[in-house]
Amino acid sequence: MSGTEVVREKQAADWNRPRHIEPDGEGELLEVSMGPHHPSTHGVFRMDVALDAERVIRLKPVFGYLHRNHEKIAEGISYLASMPYTDRLDYICPLTNNWAYALAVEKLTGQEVSERAEYLRVILGELTRIQNHASSIGFLIQEMGASGTPLMYAFREREKILDLFEELTGARMMVNYMRFGGCRVDASPAWLDRARKVVAGLPGFVDEFEQLLTGNEILMARCQGVGILRPELAVNAGVTGPMLRASGVNYDIRKVDGYGIYSRFKFRVPLGDHWDVYDRFMIRLLEMRESIGILEQALKDIPGGPVMDPKARIRGFRPKPGEAYGRIEAPKGELGFYLISDGGPNPYRYRVRPPSLINLTVLEDMCLGHDIADVVLIFGSVDIVLGEVDR
Amino acid sequence: MKTVEEIKAAIEAAVPNAGVEIVANPSVSGQRSLRLRPSHALAVARFLRDDEELKLDFLSNVTGVDWPDKQIAEKVMVTRTVTRTVDGVEQAVEETFEETQKRVEPGYLEVVYHLYSVAKKHGPVILRMRTVNRTDQVELPSMTPLWRSAEFQEREVFDLYGVVFTGHPDLRRLLMWDAFKDHPMRRDYVEPDDFEYEPTAHDEVMKRAQAHHVAAGTVSAEQAPVARHEGSGAGQ
Repeated sequence: MSGTEVVREKQAADWNRPRHIEPDGEGELLEVSMGPHHPSTHGVFRMDVALDAERVIRLKPVFGYLHRNHEKIAEGISYLASMPYTDRLDYICPLTNNWAYALAVEKLTGQEVSERAEYLRVILGELTRIQNHASSIGFLIQEMGASGTPLMYAFREREKILDLFEELTGARMMVNYMRFGGCRVDASPAWLDRARKVVAGLPGFVDEFEQLLTGNEILMARCQGVGILRPELAVNAGVTGPMLRASGVNYDIRKVDGYGIYSRFKFRVPLGDHWDVYDRFMIRLLEMRESIGILEQALKDIPGGPVMDPKARIRGFRPKPGEAYGRIEAPKGELGFYLISDGGPNPYRYRVRPPSLINLTVLEDMCLGHDIADVVLIFGSVDIVLGEVDR
Repeated sequence: MKTVEEIKAAIEAAVPNAGVEIVANPSVSGQRSLRLRPSHALAVARFLRDDEELKLDFLSNVTGVDWPDKQIAEKVMVTRTVTRTVDGVEQAVEETFEETQKRVEPGYLEVVYHLYSVAKKHGPVILRMRTVNRTDQVELPSMTPLWRSAEFQEREVFDLYGVVFTGHPDLRRLLMWDAFKDHPMRRDYVEPDDFEYEPTAHDEVMKRAQAHHVAAGTVSAEQAPVARHEGSGAGQ
């Protein structure tokens, strides 16, 4: 029985315990501590791996190297003061973090959002998704040994998008852009024109990227049939985002909740049917194409008007005692904020539902039975940022 | 999707003596929740997951909340017998006073679960459970046997709040290191006294270092470390 079949059987039988593979053959087990400063871990993250020859028979992730108790800090400061701090969660996608937090506070206070701001949020959110997916594919290929070229292709495009962010918000990454009831500054007509120009160039980039990668023999050999995640397990383990859809589960919060104005746009939800690393890679490529479609629609329809709701209060407000959970489809999965108010100017409880951390729940299940070299790929295909995992 | 009342009725029909309560939410979001009795929580959760109509197969979010002891000051009228001198004679007179009495409402730890359905695309259904107190009776049943997504999140609640999940397969600290003692997300958490380490501490720094060791309980006051070079022989 091959390693993949063992994993499929284990996952099918019971997704709880025991979750390890019995070593076959003679000899000793090798315990390897991968990380926290391994180049493939995207930051400071450690995996305690037990190996039988090269085969992974146990894998335990170790977290917390970047823990700064973000939630505790947010409980001591006002609602608005947490906004710049959300940029630091998933620092590849600060704008979607802003959005999720603004959405949760708007739910708590009943704040309306201005029409133009809704469009700007969609535009920025989808640009964020494209640059996240491009760079995450680039990193994945880099871990396969293609050092440089594909990643530089992705980063060239990401840089164009970050230039747009910088022009609009003043910062490439730490944007602090969204506010309860709208956005901080308005986009000028010149900015929208430049955004249109960048978006017009994106399909060419995706074509080029696809041509460069999808049929690549090494990529196919390394990715296909590796890191299989069954749909039942994916749902049960709370996996979200491209990971879940690559397992063939049709669940996109943009469609399900239709938050913001997503119900107005036409787009499709790509789904995988082999549930492996290659599918995750393909889903991200296809999602980039769908995002380009949404961007074209949004940039065509964006109305005039104020960028903040005229009645919006961004500071000095005290929400009624109660709670709200708001969630969005961030590029990495379901990003949620759960807020409890006790009537004071600070949240009584502030909780981030980090997609990166929860998607790692199944890391061990996906890696069992594979070679240690494949662990790097499977881990890369999860697409995490440690700023969000450890908070 | 069913309303909270309908879900409550369905739970009560399926799980006898479930004792589910609806928790109001006065905020605009209107997301009301169901409080479960820890003794019946697993049965109720299993019903919610497997019920054909609800099919809440996706546990999205697990949150710990700390509600510390609350001091409530109440004004009470108290009648007491006091001795007063009336017309030069000492007499026992009954008088009524208004007094402020302090009552302590015991605190508890709470865990909140946000459930959605991927199959039926609805949600959220919010469940909450309370511990008995914040000190020695902090056990709650783990939801990990039903939803794997609770595995890391319950470890985080255990780590940061100190809720002990019975039935969790691998209950260890998630973010803090294993030797760490306290639970940093609790409202009454006090950060450890931070002092700059100096190999040859003296004067102010040494005083603070000694106070820290005594306060942390690592040594008694007499044994508080006296900074000197090891093996230098000075002062022996």
